[in-house]
Amino acid sequence: MNRKKLQKLAESLCRTAKHFNKIEVECLIKLFHTLVVEPSDRHVVIGLDRNMFRNILHVTFGMTDDMIMDRVFRAFDKDNDSCISVTEWVEGLSIFLRGTLEERIKYCFEVYDLNGDGYISREEMFHMLKNSLLKQPSEEDPDEGIKDLVEITLKKMDYDHDGKLSYTDFEKAVRDENLLLEAFGPCLPDMKNSMAFEMQAFQETGDL
Amino acid sequence: MGVALTRAAQWTSAGSGTGTLEITPLNESLLNDIIKFVESFSSRHPQEAAFVFREPLEWKTQLDYSVFESGYEISATTVQSDERDKDDQPLLLLTASTIRVRSFGQLSRLLHIAMEKKLKEAQACLEANRDPIVKILGPGYGTIEGEDMSMLRLLDRVRKGGDPDTEIKMKIALLLQQLDMQLLNSSLKHISQEVRLTPAAVKNEVDLLKHFSGEGENTVLESLEYTSDYEFSNGCRAPPWRQVHGEICYLIVKPHDTDPLYITCSTAGVFLNGGRGKEKDDIDYERKSDVYKDLITFLRERSAKFVENIVKQDYTFFEEPTYEKHYRHMEIVDAEDLGQSQKFHDYSEKNAFERTKSPPVKSKPIDKKLEPSLKWKNVGFADSRDDKAANKAIKEEKESRPIVPETKKKANILSPGPIKKQSVSKRKVSEKSDEISESSSESEEDEEQPERHQEGNTDLPSEYWQIQKLVKYIKGGNQTATVIALCSMRDFNLAQETCQLAIRDVGGLEVLINLLDTEDIKCKIGSLKILKEISQNSQIRRTIADFGGLQIMVKILDSPDKDLKCLAAETIANVARFKRARRTVRQHGGINRLVGLLDCVPMGSANLTPHQEKDIEVARCGALALWSCSKSTKNKEAIRRAGGIPLLAQLLKSPHANMLTPVVGTLQECASEASYRLAIKTEKMIENLVKNLSSENEELQMHCASAIFKCAEDEETRDLVRHHGGLQPLASLLNNSENKELLAAVTGAIWKCAISRENVTKFREYRAIETLVVLLTDQPEEVLVNVVGALGECCQEPANRAIIRKCGGIPPLVNLLTGTNKALLVNVTKAVGACATEPENMMIIDRLDGVRLLWSLLKNPHPDVQASAAWAICPCIENAKDAGEMVRSFVGGLELIVNLLKSENKEVLASVCAAITNIAKDEENLAVITDHGVVPLLSKLANTNNDKLRHHLAEAISRCCMWGSNRIAFGETKAVAPLVRYLKSNDTSVHRATAQALYQLSEDPNNCITMHENGVVKLLLGMVGSTDETLQEAAAGCIANIRRLALATEKAKYG
Repeated sequence: MNRKKLQKLAESLCRTAKHFNKIEVECLIKLFHTLVVEPSDRHVVIGLDRNMFRNILHVTFGMTDDMIMDRVFRAFDKDNDSCISVTEWVEGLSIFLRGTLEERIKYCFEVYDLNGDGYISREEMFHMLKNSLLKQPSEEDPDEGIKDLVEITLKKMDYDHDGKLSYTDFEKAVRDENLLLEAFGPCLPDMKNSMAFEMQAFQETGDL
Repeated sequence: MGVALTRAAQWTSAGSGTGTLEITPLNESLLNDIIKFVESFSSRHPQEAAFVFREPLEWKTQLDYSVFESGYEISATTVQSDERDKDDQPLLLLTASTIRVRSFGQLSRLLHIAMEKKLKEAQACLEANRDPIVKILGPGYGTIEGEDMSMLRLLDRVRKGGDPDTEIKMKIALLLQQLDMQLLNSSLKHISQEVRLTPAAVKNEVDLLKHFSGEGENTVLESLEYTSDYEFSNGCRAPPWRQVHGEICYLIVKPHDTDPLYITCSTAGVFLNGGRGKEKDDIDYERKSDVYKDLITFLRERSAKFVENIVKQDYTFFEEPTYEKHYRHMEIVDAEDLGQSQKFHDYSEKNAFERTKSPPVKSKPIDKKLEPSLKWKNVGFADSRDDKAANKAIKEEKESRPIVPETKKKANILSPGPIKKQSVSKRKVSEKSDEISESSSESEEDEEQPERHQEGNTDLPSEYWQIQKLVKYIKGGNQTATVIALCSMRDFNLAQETCQLAIRDVGGLEVLINLLDTEDIKCKIGSLKILKEISQNSQIRRTIADFGGLQIMVKILDSPDKDLKCLAAETIANVARFKRARRTVRQHGGINRLVGLLDCVPMGSANLTPHQEKDIEVARCGALALWSCSKSTKNKEAIRRAGGIPLLAQLLKSPHANMLTPVVGTLQECASEASYRLAIKTEKMIENLVKNLSSENEELQMHCASAIFKCAEDEETRDLVRHHGGLQPLASLLNNSENKELLAAVTGAIWKCAISRENVTKFREYRAIETLVVLLTDQPEEVLVNVVGALGECCQEPANRAIIRKCGGIPPLVNLLTGTNKALLVNVTKAVGACATEPENMMIIDRLDGVRLLWSLLKNPHPDVQASAAWAICPCIENAKDAGEMVRSFVGGLELIVNLLKSENKEVLASVCAAITNIAKDEENLAVITDHGVVPLLSKLANTNNDKLRHHLAEAISRCCMWGSNRIAFGETKAVAPLVRYLKSNDTSVHRATAQALYQLSEDPNNCITMHENGVVKLLLGMVGSTDETLQEAAAGCIANIRRLALATEKAKYG
């Protein structure tokens, strides 16, 4: 990509991804291009596919849960083309790394709303929490604990008592208790990882 | 169970092959655990119980055919179970005495049948099947040392094919592994209780016994010898291949009354071995007796003569029980906090030298017990620390317990005593000093609250069970589940004691504290949020400290996450409300870190970034924690050394009450130290303290007033308070009489400020004195002490004395003379005395019988009260009408005051001398006190360097000279020579009083001679030149008397 094009792209992205300045956006664009393997076929959209992205999440941000990583990919991939374009990359990272509380609430809700119907249902919760408890062999029903955990969560977060979490419920609960932001599994980088990433991404390219 | 069996169980021959399981308590408990597991297996896991073993477990049984009943097919030579596998083979088959069992179901039935023989059967089974898992599941699952991959293999297989058999196998393997863990754990518990011997301890014991062995009636043994003279570097004498089994050395002991005993000393204890074979060097290492914990216990069992004679040796230190009693006794003396019991434990262990030196870390004995061979690597061959310590212990033992011949038996009994006492008392001293260092501001919270136990399990509240469940999820969940459970726990009313104690009782505190040690910030925050709430409870605070929570929280203070820092500091603030916790915080570097938190942006600057606001919040939390910590003197010092004072001064400029309260609270607490008082003055903190007196927040006002109270002993500080306009807010705060704590602090500040006259003038302007008088009634003692103190200072001004009278202050003051509080009495007497300098006031006091009340305070046991009362009596006598008559009317009053001249307290003596001076103005009274022997008592006091006492004593002497032959009596009781020396003092008031006394005394010729001999003339000649007329006159009069005597003598001589 030539310099002019890069500048132009950076400038436009700078407006949508407001948590990065222009230089940072440029760095991220450059990083994106080092990550993306140039496709042989000109017609294929340029971008990170699911596996590449998951790999980044795993290696750089220490995520382990397959399902959550898929959901994060979906959250980045706004246009649902199973490929993260450079715009999606920069805009996604803007929230992922530096999002305001509100942005992060929205993002997390999107991640947890597995079927995208605007609600986190009991079943979705169960699905996300099912590996969260150590299985006790002594227990008759190993899922008992998970079910109970789901009920506890609902009791805590379901303000309108409709048995599922709407965005309003979720937002209210998180504003009340920030710890509940990632209630159903880690989908944001922790401070250490995000700092390491930013350092690497912005410094390395900054040196150029 | 494989690991437990190979490692923990004690097999007779340590090599491979078919050994037998010894009957030791450890093995027995292992077997019992296994039996319990197998017995309940068929009911708990019916599906797995039916699983057919790969190979039967086969062993020789002692069970009779007849015990088998229904469910078995019994023929002449065989017993077969009705239960059969797929190939129609019986799952249990007994032929001759060999039994083969192929399922857990049958095993558990068999054990049920075996009844009391089940232990034997289980033993035989395990002896014959050293690794039962191989037979049950197949050779792939054999116990492998180190990493066990069998689970992973199984898992793979389960994944690949849905073979139900493999799944069951998997389950069984899991169950067995669980049992294995359980066995290891319980055997560990057993082992850790066991005594382990070390070469050093054995050697020591042998050396000791050797001293008492030999020919003769009274020795404990005839002889005691090692089998080998060669000692390895690790202290063992056993050959290395036996050392592997934990054996240390072999002994041949010849007691008086039995055959020689061949003894093995091993780490497990002492036991009889097979003795020496025909060939000289061949020892039969097989164990032949029970294991004893040490040589002496062993010999006690074996030889009656030994028992008899050892008692004669009076070596009490062999007897552990007496030891322990001894300690317990010592401990009671100073056991005052929980940490103590731990110390006791350490202590008894350190001293019981025949026991193993137990390493301080708990985990260490564990791996030791697991692998005896490893232990030897650690302890023996390598020059490890343990060994050194043990050697050192021997040395110490040798030094401290010299072998004393029998003639000194009695002394010997005690010999171990003093050694211990010494060390105990040393510790006591150090603890004491720590105790002393705690400041007076320690609150009653410090006192241990009696543990309140939940009564019975029946009426446990529902919260209890819900909390228990949540704790389970926290324990067994990943971070997501943990965070959910933590948040849910916060929905309980954590301020309620039931919930607080429920969390503790279900083991939640331990879990919460463990979470603090993890990497996950969200878990830490969640946990701290709960700990912060529940640490309001004093029992919880103690438990948190017991679990080492403070150390971890102190570490968290280094975290980059500000929320986390805040929470940790706030929790520390709650926990550190008792002494031990405060000490812990200090000892782990908490004070430095907390002081570090105080460093934030300059206060009061407008438009702060959210970042800076967060920093300020961190500083606030740091101040909160420091406030709690600052109740210990050593912590005050630590805060100062960590550079806390300038930071606190900085924060003091904050406009926010929630920041100021902890900051001023800390300062106020620390102001008990002179260094802080100086700093508060020099760092210009008075200005801010004064400013905050006008705050809206009463707590803040109180701390400010309290800080001023503590600092205003210093004159400059008092002036600063006035300069910064602090007196008016103080005076107006007097009107807020509802908040008693605030009132106490404010009146205290007024009291101390009123020491300066300028301040008193101001207070009068603000009409504070009238308000103070109102506060003389219906107030708690803390307030009264300060109010009366303040009035006492104000009364130094004549105008104020009138004010007090006019607004009716004297009756309540006199009324307070009947109180009991020492501080209050000292202040009241002072105030009454000051009032009495005004004749009009004195009339009222006299009418209220105030002098009698003052006089009776001379009987108060506190010297401060006595002195203060005596001082107050002086102006009363001076200003009362018919003072002489009044004094005489107090029955026994004169005798009482004269007898106070025997006091040790200089202030009392000076005040009583002053009172006597006044009393002696009345001739009749002077006669009475002379009869009570005032002259010799005064003379006795003459040798003193205290100028105040000198001054009043000289005055008293001079007054008392006025009666009868008292002048001569003073001379005879040798009061004159010391008085002459008073003239060399630097105090002019002493000069004046002394010159007057000398003048009086010089009326007697003998006194003149004594004075002259002591060189009085030269000293008095100097005084004649003084500007003080009274002094001039007295000095001149005295010289004149001396001169006159000289002239008279000359005249007599030369006619």
